Amino acid sequence: MEKITMDMLREISDWDGEFKGAYNIRENGGCAGRVSSKNIRIESKKDQPGLEIFIAANTKGETVSIPACVTKGGVDDLVYNDFYVGENADVTIVAGCGIHTETGEPARHNGIHRFFLGKNSRVKYLEKHIGKGHGTGLRSIDPVTEAELEEGSVLEMDTAQIGGVDRTLRKTAAKVGAGAKLLIRERILTEKEQTAKTDFVVELNGKDSGVDLISRSVARDSSHQDYHSVIIGNAPCTGHSECDAIISENGKVDAAPELHARDNDAALIHEAAIGKIAGEQILKLRTLGMTEEEAEATIIDGFLS
Amino acid sequence: MLRLENISWSTPGGVGVLKGLDLEVPEGKLVVITGPNGGGKTTLAKIIAGIYKQDSGRIILDGNDISDLDITERAKLGISFAFQQPVRFKGITVRKLIELASGIKMNDGELCDILSKVGLCAREYINREVDSTLSGGEIKRIEIATVLARHTQVSVFDEPEAGIDLWSFANLINVFKDMRENLKGTLIIISHQERILEIADEIAVVADGRIKAKGPSAEMMQTLMNSKEISNVCSKQEVLL
Repeated sequence: MEKITMDMLREISDWDGEFKGAYNIRENGGCAGRVSSKNIRIESKKDQPGLEIFIAANTKGETVSIPACVTKGGVDDLVYNDFYVGENADVTIVAGCGIHTETGEPARHNGIHRFFLGKNSRVKYLEKHIGKGHGTGLRSIDPVTEAELEEGSVLEMDTAQIGGVDRTLRKTAAKVGAGAKLLIRERILTEKEQTAKTDFVVELNGKDSGVDLISRSVARDSSHQDYHSVIIGNAPCTGHSECDAIISENGKVDAAPELHARDNDAALIHEAAIGKIAGEQILKLRTLGMTEEEAEATIIDGFLS
Repeated sequence: MLRLENISWSTPGGVGVLKGLDLEVPEGKLVVITGPNGGGKTTLAKIIAGIYKQDSGRIILDGNDISDLDITERAKLGISFAFQQPVRFKGITVRKLIELASGIKMNDGELCDILSKVGLCAREYINREVDSTLSGGEIKRIEIATVLARHTQVSVFDEPEAGIDLWSFANLINVFKDMRENLKGTLIIISHQERILEIADEIAVVADGRIKAKGPSAEMMQTLMNSKEISNVCSKQEVLL
C-alpha cells in the first residue's frame, strides 16, 4: 500500500495502521487488503468490479470499512459495492474516498453502492471525500447510493466532502418500507472553481416510514453547488428536507427541494436557506477576541461539523 | 478607570445619537446606564466595545487611549460585551461557544459552574447547538454566560433582563452581585430594571445623547423618583418596569 494511500486513509476512515473489524482497501482500482469477519463476509463481484458484503442477521456493534483511494492522475475508477444487511443487525459501515494527484491528468472515483437493509436492521454509514495534491487535472468523485429499507430498519448516512474535490455528482435514491427511517446528513465545502451537485430521490412507501434529510453546504470563491431533493410520500409517513447554505465571495448555490404527497396522511416539510455569514455572528466572535478571518473560519467549521 | 470624553456618533443617515457625551466609570464598580428608549444607551455600549466607531471624542482605559482600537483589539484588551439580541450559530455548540469565550478547554463541571449561574442546567445544554432550537430566554442566558466565562476587566451588558423569566432574573441579580464582589472588573449594565438599578454602585441617565445625571445608586434612585426634569425624559414607568 502506498504512503499516499495510508495518509488518505487516516483522513477518510480514521485508519490508525489497522482497521477494527472487516475491511477492504481499494487502491487505484485494485485491492490493497481485505479481511472478512465471522459475521461480515466480503467477496469480489464476479461480473463487475466491486464487492458483495454480507452482514449476518443479528450482528451487533461491528464495523466494516471499505475505503477507496486514487493516488495518481489518469485513473478512472468505477466500482459497484452491494451491502446485504441481515435482519436485526446493527452495524457501522465506513466508506470514503480520497483522490491525490500531482500531474495535469484527471482522476475520478465513481462508487456505486447498493444497500439492502433487512427487517429491523440498523446501519450507520460514514463517508468522507477528500481531494489532495498539487495536480491541475480534475479530481472527481461521483458517488451513487441506492437503498432499500425493509420494515423497521434504519439507515443513518453521514457524508462529508470537505475540500479538494473539483467535481462531484452525488446521486442518492431510497425506497423506505413500513416503520423504516432514513436519516441523511450531508456536508459539502466547495472552493475555487469547484462544483458539486447532489440529487436525492426518496420514496416513502410504507406506513410510518420517514426521512430526515439535512444538507449543509458552503460555497466559497467562484464555486457552485446545486442541491435537489425529491421526497415522495406514498403512504402515511413523515418527510423533512433541509438545505442550509453559506455563500461567500462569488460562491453560487441552487437549492430545489421537491415534495410529492400521494397519501392523505403524508406529512412532508422542506426548508431551504441560502445566505452569506451573518455580520452579527462575526461581531459576536470578534467580541470574544477573534479576528474577522478567525471568526469566519470558526463559523464555517461549526456549520460543517 | 474607563473614561469617555466628548463622544459623538450619528447614524449613517446623519441623525445624531450621541452628542458630546462624557462619562467616567470607576474601576471595580457596577455602573447602570439607564434612560429613555432612543436616548443612546445601546449606542454608547457598542462604542465602548468597539462595535461602533465614534465620530469624535476619545475613549481612555487605564490612561491608554483606545479610541482607534477595533472590536478584536478591545476584546483582547479585556472588554466584553453581551448583546441585547444574541446571535445564533448553526453547528456551534454551547460548549464550543463558552470555550471560545473563555479561551480554554473546559470540563463538564466548569461549564456547569458557568451555566448554572445563568439558570441553565449544563448537562442538558452543553452539547446543544446555539441555534433556533433554543428559546429566546435560553439564548439570552447563554449570551450572558459567554461574558461571565471571559473574566475581563470591563464587562458590558446590554439589557440583560430582556427575554429572561422572573426566576432566572432573580439569579441574574445574584450573578451581577457576585461579579461585583468577587471580581476586580468593572460592570456596565444597560437597563431599565429597578432591581438592577438598586444593586448599582452608580447610575447614569442617558437621554438625548448625553449624560443627564449621574451619581451613587441610592441618591440617583431618589432623584429619578423626584426629579421632574429627568422624569420627563425617563419616565418613572420606564425606570420601574
